[in-house]
Amino acid sequence: MRGWRIFSAAALLFALALPAAAQAPNPLPEGIQIGLSTDAVSITAGFSGADLTIFGSLENPDPLVARQGRYDVIVVLEGPPRPVVVRRKDRVLGVWVNLESETFENVPVSYSVATTRPLQDITEPNSYKQLSLGASNLYMQPADATDGPATIEEFTTALRERKAATGLYSENVGGVQFLSQNLFRATVRLAPNVPVGTHKARAFLFKSGLFLKESSAQLEIRKSGFEQSIFRVAHDYSFLYGVFAVSLAMITGWLGRLIFRKD
Amino acid sequence: MGIYLPIAEISVNVFVLLAMGAAVGFLSGMFGVGGGFLITPLLIFYNIPPAIAVATGANQVIASSFSGALSHMKRGTLDFKLGGVLLAGGVVGSTGGIFVFAFLRRLGQLDLFISLLYVVLLGTVGGLMLVESVNALRATRSGAAPVLKKSGQHNWIHRLPLKMRFRASKLFVSVIPVLGLGAGIGFLSSIMGVGGGFIMVPALIYLLKVPTNVVIGTSLFQIIFTSAYTTLVHATTNQTVDVMLAFLLMAGGVAGAQYGAKAGQKLRGEQLRALLALLVLAVAIRLAIGLFVTPPNLYSLTAAGLN
Repeated sequence: MRGWRIFSAAALLFALALPAAAQAPNPLPEGIQIGLSTDAVSITAGFSGADLTIFGSLENPDPLVARQGRYDVIVVLEGPPRPVVVRRKDRVLGVWVNLESETFENVPVSYSVATTRPLQDITEPNSYKQLSLGASNLYMQPADATDGPATIEEFTTALRERKAATGLYSENVGGVQFLSQNLFRATVRLAPNVPVGTHKARAFLFKSGLFLKESSAQLEIRKSGFEQSIFRVAHDYSFLYGVFAVSLAMITGWLGRLIFRKD
Repeated sequence: MGIYLPIAEISVNVFVLLAMGAAVGFLSGMFGVGGGFLITPLLIFYNIPPAIAVATGANQVIASSFSGALSHMKRGTLDFKLGGVLLAGGVVGSTGGIFVFAFLRRLGQLDLFISLLYVVLLGTVGGLMLVESVNALRATRSGAAPVLKKSGQHNWIHRLPLKMRFRASKLFVSVIPVLGLGAGIGFLSSIMGVGGGFIMVPALIYLLKVPTNVVIGTSLFQIIFTSAYTTLVHATTNQTVDVMLAFLLMAGGVAGAQYGAKAGQKLRGEQLRALLALLVLAVAIRLAIGLFVTPPNLYSLTAAGLN
């Protein structure tokens, strides 16, 4: 019996060592998973932007590739899609007037990217296009397709530029860090004016410049607090809100006279 | 101390808003105007979106005109009948204004239109007042008695039909110009966020020959209702009234107005008018510069489907 036990222990040891040592031609495929500690984030009225941390892990990473740092991860937090009008001002008789405009359907309100390395070092521009990954590769669908491609191109560029300027489209190079061979941490930026609604977190895994897998999770962003209640009342019970605004003004006017009267 | 405005969706400094309200309140108490024509441009300079500045300005005007009308009611210098007819016109004009407002907002031309209206109106009113008050100042300096308009002098307005008697104003005049004036003021109230006192007062004095002591009370009375109506309609159709913002402005404003009224009694009429004219012109020039200066961003984004 004693001999058996030793044998089984050795077998176990061998079995454990096998995947690494044997370098089998077809090991288990690599995968990626991300997890959010919560599925809803409440931001208060005074919110001035924050970093959101997303943890994730690689499944069955090849230790050699991992050691050489040839795994790359890109994490995207994408806001809800909304239609947007882009307007351009032009000079009319010296005055700046909104003249041309272009409407785009389903433009993500926000788009925050975190990467392990600069985007151009991870993979080819073409594969970003195929994946529709990165703010500059997002396809913006014009509502009116009859406009010339040059016009659409111009307004698309302006749309991305304005979104980036307001912090809604952001890129955090080096925002994804490997904590161990498997575990990584991504930091994406939430702009102060981050829109409420269902956001989609997506993680893309690349190995030596090749896209392998994608994983996604959903995150609900809500606003909370007194100011948000005012906003909701103003939209849901707008008539009552108006009556309240008028009464408030009259009471303030009357009280002000009582308190500060000088005549 | 920062505070977040729920409708404007930006953070602002509480003390800046209180001071802004107090300063405008002081001026409005001094000159006997509502102050909306100063508040709305100031809010726009302070980066509040014009649509919200206008609707909130209308809300703020209620407070100052209500407190002013109360004191005139006590003194008996308020013609309710004249105010009522002006108001009937005001409701029509204001309703029309709200539709134009929503339409321009959809076209993306609202901001431009508001600025243009301000430049034209403030420029005209300020210019006329300046000329008039400088002439009056010169006349008093040279020793000549100021020329007062004689009551009983008639112009084309007094030949219109549908005459009505307004006892408190000692007036027998056609309702057509009264309704028209009310409608015009209502329209401006909803597009510019002003009470319209700076137009109403001269129009009542010079066009309708209403006695000056009744003019301010009556104009304030009609402004309360026109701006209350405007606030209500903006709140329901455009959701652009920010009560937080309005309250801060009002709180500063009602306090400032009482001190302003006191200060105003120490200055002479034509000096007061010249100062107000300069102030009005300064605001107009500042807004006009904004129209011609190349904006930092030629492109702007708005949510589609917004109206």
